Amino acid sequence: MTAPAAPEVLGWWGVPLAILAGMMRGGTPFLFVSLGECITEKSGKINLGLEGTLLTGAMSAYAISYLTGSPWLGVLAAGVSGVGLGLIHGWLSQQPRVNDVAVGIAMIIFGSGIAFFLGKPFIQPSAPPLPTIHLGDWSSIPAVQAALAISPLFVLGVAIAPLLKWFFQSTRWGLFIRAVGDSPDAAKAMGISIFNVRMLSVVAGSFLAGIGGASLSLYYPGVWTERISSGQGLMAVALVIFAKWNPMQCLWASLLFGGAQALGPALQSVGIKEGYYLFNAAPYILTLLIMILTCSPKRTLTGVPGALGTDN
Amino acid sequence: MTITSPSLNVSTIAAPPELQIVNMTKRFGSLVALDNVSLNLKPGTFHALLGENGAGKSTLVKCVMGFYRADQGEILIDGNPRAIASPRDAHHYGIGMVYQHFTSVPAMTVAENLVLSRYDSSTLINWKQEMEQLNDFMNSAPFQVPLNLPIAQLAAGQKQKLEILKQLYLKSKILILDEPTSVLTPGEADEVLGLIKEQVNAGLLSVLLITHKFREVTSFTEEVTVLRKGKLAGHGSVKELAIADMAEMMMGERREIKEVAKTPYANPQPVLQFEGIQANKDNGVEAVSGVSLTVHSGEIVGIAGVSGNGQKELVEVLAGQRSPTSGTVRVNGEPYQATRAEMFKHKVFALPEEPLRNACVPHMSVAENMALRTFDRAPQAKGILLIWKAIRQTAQGLIQQFSVKTPSTETPVGNLSGGNVQRTVLARELSEDHINLLIAANPCFGLDFAAVEFIHSQIVEARNRGVAVLLVSEDLDELLALSDRIVVISSGQFVYESAIAEADFGAIGRSMAGH
Repeated sequence: MTAPAAPEVLGWWGVPLAILAGMMRGGTPFLFVSLGECITEKSGKINLGLEGTLLTGAMSAYAISYLTGSPWLGVLAAGVSGVGLGLIHGWLSQQPRVNDVAVGIAMIIFGSGIAFFLGKPFIQPSAPPLPTIHLGDWSSIPAVQAALAISPLFVLGVAIAPLLKWFFQSTRWGLFIRAVGDSPDAAKAMGISIFNVRMLSVVAGSFLAGIGGASLSLYYPGVWTERISSGQGLMAVALVIFAKWNPMQCLWASLLFGGAQALGPALQSVGIKEGYYLFNAAPYILTLLIMILTCSPKRTLTGVPGALGTDN
Repeated sequence: MTITSPSLNVSTIAAPPELQIVNMTKRFGSLVALDNVSLNLKPGTFHALLGENGAGKSTLVKCVMGFYRADQGEILIDGNPRAIASPRDAHHYGIGMVYQHFTSVPAMTVAENLVLSRYDSSTLINWKQEMEQLNDFMNSAPFQVPLNLPIAQLAAGQKQKLEILKQLYLKSKILILDEPTSVLTPGEADEVLGLIKEQVNAGLLSVLLITHKFREVTSFTEEVTVLRKGKLAGHGSVKELAIADMAEMMMGERREIKEVAKTPYANPQPVLQFEGIQANKDNGVEAVSGVSLTVHSGEIVGIAGVSGNGQKELVEVLAGQRSPTSGTVRVNGEPYQATRAEMFKHKVFALPEEPLRNACVPHMSVAENMALRTFDRAPQAKGILLIWKAIRQTAQGLIQQFSVKTPSTETPVGNLSGGNVQRTVLARELSEDHINLLIAANPCFGLDFAAVEFIHSQIVEARNRGVAVLLVSEDLDELLALSDRIVVISSGQFVYESAIAEADFGAIGRSMAGH
C-alpha cells in the first residue's frame, strides 16, 4: 500500500491533502458501485450482491492484467465478470416469490467465494497497474505529486454521473427504467417489458460495479487480496439512499465516503495514535449515521422508486 | 411482437372508425366470463356499457384492447375483421382506453408521462421541442393539467383528466372509459364528461363509457348496452329507455331503490371530539392543519372534499394509523389514542378506504379476518389458545348475515372481489351489539349498486341505533343522502359546516374547490 501522504514535509497540511487524495482514490469504487446500484434501484430492484461483484471485478481485473500485461483488458474483464453476476441476479431476483434482498445476500457470498477461489494464484504476483494522470507535477513536494496522481477510472466515473442524470431525464430508455421502478403496473399498461428493463438495469449496474472492483485492484490500493473491499460494496448501497437516487449526489456522497476512509491513515501519519481504530471506522460510522438520519417511520424518503423492495 | 401489421395510419383520418364486436365469447377455465356478446359503436357516438360488478364489462373491453384473446367472435373496424393482440395493436386502430386505476408514473412529471406514453417517440428526447409541442397540445385540449408537476402532486381529479388527455395526445379516435368519474367531484365529472361530449358531438371521437351511474348514462350518452352475468341483457337508445328499464336489465329484476328511513335519536351525547388536529403526509408536508369537530350519538357527520385535501390523513389519525403532530382526540370524554384496549373499551369501529389494504390481511382467510377484533377474547380464545371452531362458526354466521360471496370461510380474503372484501370488513365492524363510534372512509368506492345500497342501509341503521358516525367520502351524492351534518375539508382545514337541511349545494361545491 502506498502511503497517502508524507507528513514530514507538510506537517498538518498532510491531513486535508490525504483526505483529498482519499476522496479521489478511495471514492472511485464507491462511485462506480453507487452509480451501478442507482441504475439497478431506479428500476425497482435492489442488488446487495454488488459487494460480491466488486470483489469478483477486482480479482478478474488483476488476473487478466497480470496474464495479458494490459491493465485496460483487466478493466474490461472486470466489467464482463460483473455482467455475468448481474445476469444471475437479474434472472433469479425476478422469479415469482423470490425476494431480491435474499438473492442479493446469496450473491455476496457467491461473488466473494468465486473471487477467492479463482483469485488464490494471483495474490503473490504483481500485475501491471493502470496508468495515472499526474495533476501534481507543478509541485516539487513528492507528497503532493503522489496525492494528485489520479486514475483515469476516477475521471470516467465523474463523467458517468452527469451522463447518467441526463440519461434518466432525456432518453426514452431512462424514462422506461424510471417508469418500471416507480410503477410497474403503469409500465405494463404502456407495453414495456418489466423483466427486460430490470434485467438490463441490473446487468448495467453490475457492469459498473465490476469496473469499481478494477479500480481497487489496479489503482488503489493496487493489489489483490481477499480483504480488499472490506464492505465497500454494501456501504455503496447505503450511499444510494443517502444520495436520494440521484446520480450527481452519488458522486458527492462517494467523495465524502472516500474522504472518510482516508481519515484514519491520515491522522495516523501525523502522529495521532489514540483512537486510530476509531478513525478507521469512520466510513462505517458514517453509514450508520446516514441510515439513522434518513430513516423515519413517519415519512417516506423523497425520490425513492415506488416499487423498490416490493414484490411486483 | 405484433401478429398483424396494421395498414392504416389513424392520425390522418379525422372521423373515428366504426367498431363492431361480434358474438364474442371468453372463458376462464370453466367460468364463462363473456357469452356471445355483440356491441356496435357507431362513429361519433357516446355509448354506455352498463352492468354490475362481474357482469363482464371489463372482460369485454380487455378483449377489444388485446389484453385477452377471445375464444370466439371477432372485432370489425370499419367493417374489416382485425386481430388485436396487444394494446399496441389497438392503438394502431385508434382505440385507446382509460383505466380505472391510474396508469401514470407517480414520480414523473405530466410532460414526462405524456412523452413516455407515446409508442413512437425517439430514443433521445429533445425537451425543448417536446415542451413546445406539449404546450400546443395542452392549449388545444378540452381541459388542462399543469405540465411540470409530478403526478404524485396532482389531485385525483387532475390525474383522471390526465389519463383522458393521454389518449387524446395519442390521437385515439375511440375512447374506452372505465368508470372514469369514480374519483371526481360531481362538478368535475360533469365538466370532464361534458367536454368529451363536445368532442363526440363534433364528430372527433367515439366513446364507450363503462359506468354504473345512471345519471351519467342519461345525461351524456346516446346508446346503451347492458350486460348481466356475461350475457347481453339489453341494448337501446337512451332516450327510449327509462332508468327503471335499465336497472331491470342490469339486475334481472325490477327493484325499487329502497331507502332506510332515518329516525331521530332521542338522547344525543357527544361521542367523538377532536380538537386542533394537525398531521403530516408521508413526505412530511402538513396535510391536516388544525381541525376540530364533535360527533354526537345518533348522528352521521359527513366530511366532503376532493381527495388529497387531508381527509385520508385525518381518518388515519382517528383510526390510529398515523400519529398527529398536535391536537387531542377524545371519545366519550376520555383521551383516545386508538390503542386496541381503547377501541374495545369505547367500541370504536372503522371502515377505512381501500379495505383490502387498510383493514384486512389479504393472505389470511375470511374467518381469520372476521375475527381480527375478537380472536383474543372468549368465546374465540381460551387463555392463549384460539378456539377455531368458535371463530369459524362466527364467520359462517356473518357470511350469511352480510351475504358475503365466498367459496368458504378458509378462502384468503385477498381472493374475493372488492365488494365482498368490503362486506367482510363491514361484517366484522358492524356485527358488534354496542357500537359507539363508526369511522367510515369512502366505504362504497368502486362498488356496484347492490353493495352500495347494502352498505348505506347498514350505516343508517347503525345511526338509528345511536351510533355516532363520521363518514368521509368523495361522493357528494352519498354524503347528501346519508349525513345529518356536512363539513367540507379543503387544504387540510374545515371550510364549511352546515346541517343537511340548510346545506347549500353550490356553496359546498365552491368550498370543495377551495373558494
